[in-house]
Amino acid sequence: MAVAVRLPTILRPDAGGQAVVSAEGTTVGEVFADLVRQYPALSGKVVTTGGELHKFVNVYVNDDDVRYLDKLESKVIDTDEVSILPAVAGG
Amino acid sequence: MARYTSIVELIGETPLLDVSALSPNPGVALLVKLEGHNPGGSVKDRIARSMVEAAERDGVLAPGQVIIESSSGNTGIGLALVARAKGYKLKVVLPENVSIERRQLLEIYGAEIISSPGSEGSNGAVKVAQKLAADHPEWWYPYQYANAANPDAHYTGTGPEIWRDCPEITHFVAGLGTSGTLLGVGRYLKEQNPAVQVWAVEPPAGEMVDGLKSLDEGYIPPIFIDHGGADLLDRKKVVGPRVSIEAVRRLADVGVLCGISTGAALVGALKCAAEIESGVVVFLAADGAWKYLSTGAWTDDLDEVTERARHTLYF
Repeated sequence: MAVAVRLPTILRPDAGGQAVVSAEGTTVGEVFADLVRQYPALSGKVVTTGGELHKFVNVYVNDDDVRYLDKLESKVIDTDEVSILPAVAGG
Repeated sequence: MARYTSIVELIGETPLLDVSALSPNPGVALLVKLEGHNPGGSVKDRIARSMVEAAERDGVLAPGQVIIESSSGNTGIGLALVARAKGYKLKVVLPENVSIERRQLLEIYGAEIISSPGSEGSNGAVKVAQKLAADHPEWWYPYQYANAANPDAHYTGTGPEIWRDCPEITHFVAGLGTSGTLLGVGRYLKEQNPAVQVWAVEPPAGEMVDGLKSLDEGYIPPIFIDHGGADLLDRKKVVGPRVSIEAVRRLADVGVLCGISTGAALVGALKCAAEIESGVVVFLAADGAWKYLSTGAWTDDLDEVTERARHTLYF
């Protein structure tokens, strides 16, 4: 099952300049593993080598931050969009 | 009528308004805490007072001293109000892409504005303030992102007010900036009733952070980490500018004029109300409409307003 993955400006050069790419998987973790298979330059940038989400990355399934769902185990279906955004300050 | 001797005493004790007319679910009541009623016009008046008074108690701030802080606007305005009332000089590092009214209010209160690059958002403003504070140890730097008096203002003020006015609350929804509101109110409410859920809403980090050179330049407020923010929050939702502005217009339909981040909070509250069977959702309106009149949010074409909002810091 393929889902759309929206990349932040800063990661687009690692995916041939694309803003939205397609990746296979039924969980966020599987989708990211497939993303790295397609674009090896993304390795370690969203998911660390230790298998955790990068500290300064927020990942959403549609509008929900996966840290408050089931993290990398969060389920996705093919109508979902996974977005990766940098963590930045507000206030 | 109560009488007061300082404008600072008017901070807090904001009204809670029932706006259940906007609820998509007849089983869910919807209430909004109107922080625009603070004298400086936003929720940040609370932390400005709290941080300044804590520093006075600790002996690190004395009248006549210079205060330096970075802010996308509201904290700067709150500090400017408190500084003016208490006799401090204030310098605010302000990203250049904030609404004109924020700049005007700071100038009116007598604060000195130091501009930081808009492409770096609040992150860039923090960096400039940190450098200036390091170069001038004689200045006092509240550093709202790491100051325990920030969540404390909400733990001792906003949270107890909400609980007193609405003990039947089941869900609290607010915007995530420094995280102080969510941490302070969230902790207080969960101590009263552990079943209360705390939902955060944040704007998408879009064009505003294109100045980032790598993801390692990201930022998490130290108070969020120190106060166990990741364990405290139950959900976090990203809400874009278009739906936020639509929500601002819906609030105007019931007579509530508020800032764009409040529109985002309403979107979060409506999603919450739609997901649950029954409950009482309280969301926080961080500020009123006055600082956003120049954005045309209520009257201009929605596409044009949305496009402008993409390039303006409103959280």
